[in-house]
Amino acid sequence: MSGRFLLQRLLQLLPAVAGIVLVGFLLVHLAPGDPVIALAGESGDSAYYAFMRQRFGLDRPLFEQLGIYAQRVAVGDLGASYVYGRSAMSVILERVPATLLLTGTALLIAIIGALPLGILAARRPHTAGDLGISSTALAMYSTPVFLIGQLAILLFALHGGLFPVQGMFDAGTSTQGAAHLWDLARHLMLPAFVLAAHELAVLVRVTRGALAHEMTVEHVRTARGKGVSEFGVLMRHTLPRALLPVITVVGGRAGQLVTGAVVVEVVFGWPGIGRLLLAALQSRDIPVLLGIFMLVSVSVVVVNLITDLVYAARDPRVELA
Amino acid sequence: MVLAGIVVAMATCGPIMTSVDPFSIVGPPLLAPSTRHAFGTDALGRDMLSGVLFGARTSMLIALAVSALSFACGMFVGLLGGYCGGWVDQLCTRVTELLQVLPRFFLVVVAVALFGPGVDRLILILGLTSWPVLARVVRGEVLSLRRAEFVIAAEATGATTAQILRRTVLPNVVPGALTVVGLLFGQVLLVEASLGFLGLGDPNVMTWGMLAGQSQAFLRVAWWLPFFPGIAITMAVLGFNLLTDAFSATLRAH
Repeated sequence: MSGRFLLQRLLQLLPAVAGIVLVGFLLVHLAPGDPVIALAGESGDSAYYAFMRQRFGLDRPLFEQLGIYAQRVAVGDLGASYVYGRSAMSVILERVPATLLLTGTALLIAIIGALPLGILAARRPHTAGDLGISSTALAMYSTPVFLIGQLAILLFALHGGLFPVQGMFDAGTSTQGAAHLWDLARHLMLPAFVLAAHELAVLVRVTRGALAHEMTVEHVRTARGKGVSEFGVLMRHTLPRALLPVITVVGGRAGQLVTGAVVVEVVFGWPGIGRLLLAALQSRDIPVLLGIFMLVSVSVVVVNLITDLVYAARDPRVELA
Repeated sequence: MVLAGIVVAMATCGPIMTSVDPFSIVGPPLLAPSTRHAFGTDALGRDMLSGVLFGARTSMLIALAVSALSFACGMFVGLLGGYCGGWVDQLCTRVTELLQVLPRFFLVVVAVALFGPGVDRLILILGLTSWPVLARVVRGEVLSLRRAEFVIAAEATGATTAQILRRTVLPNVVPGALTVVGLLFGQVLLVEASLGFLGLGDPNVMTWGMLAGQSQAFLRVAWWLPFFPGIAITMAVLGFNLLTDAFSATLRAH
């Protein structure tokens, strides 16, 4: 990967991030009512309002306000959360690890599960096995995440008793070391599998499609003609190339993954960004809501960048385009 | 095809098939499915069957409006960028890229908090943010069509830009665009359901997501509360995804 390409891609981040800040700014200013209410809450006194007006420059012309707002956001200042009374950024960052753990585990499950299933389906396209895997994936893709979650709770937690129903740890216990980790893992399993279901379904379909296409190209036929084993063809010739679209799809679905995580967190009472989002919505905690919106947006942009870089590292032709 | 048909029929004929107002209390709360109430009743004793039937109407309406809006935006931006080229294309591509990374769901959440819940806002925001994929597909098609011989021939005969777009470009772009919109339709149904599930929909309108969201507290005692609305959503999304698959398969065959 050339340094020029890297720099070029990094520079493309700027307009995207600027656009996200602009959208956040416009939302606050388009909303009915005084923007100071949106930033400082309804319960502040006139002195506090005056302080916030000055801090975010709300008494200046609109164009200047945008500049001040952008500066504030750039250093991570989103105003104070009305509910928690501290910096909205710190409230949000506290919840990030739980959500990262959930989405990371789900993504891992999806990738580990999807590759073998996709390979299995692509090996003999249009046979019963392929149809079974493909249509199950399509059905799973069409099912809302909360239904999968609710059914999973009914089947495995309430009736089966295999997993805890909600939360991240057992309430009222303070385990240490390995027992603590085991407790976390038991609580993580069900929500992670539920969140993985959609990604798994998408990835199975993409893997199958890409592999089935690769199997028909000429150099694969040549390899088979040379007497390379089916496994060798898969590992050396078809899979490495078929993985490229899979990488794109994994990276491109970061936004959907986090959206799914919000729903899963609510269904399973997982204490991450999603639960915070809902709580902030109910108490109209605008700084926290805007903060989550910007954090997620910027994360999606960064994940897209990483995806592009990985893609370029694997396929040098990308840099030329 | 059949699935999509059933859902559309439910949406249009729902009010005829059941005389029960989905918001009125008709029986004891949390009644299991029976011959009187085929899908049971909810925590307030409201008929679930009628809720699911009326919910179909809302979901279809929202998904239809969002798809139409996205189709208009995506076609416009795609045609503009692809046909004009130069800085217009650059600008269109940048806007498309920005909207593509903007997480729709979180945007709607912030908007609901600031502007209050409502079907109109939901349609507007989802419609105005769902078109990037469509615009990219249309732009790509237009770019390759511009170099096609019959378009160059049309230019050579002195046809105006509007004529070329209408007669030669549009007929070739629309079928592909419709496939994208078909997939979008299913996605919108799912996003709308998730929002309703989290209580972000209009509380005065019956939706599948709202029904499923209300069931969360009674999961332990009433399996039918999440089951029927959830299955309804799955059927609708699956139906339209299969329909789109069939449509694009026919396109490829031609």
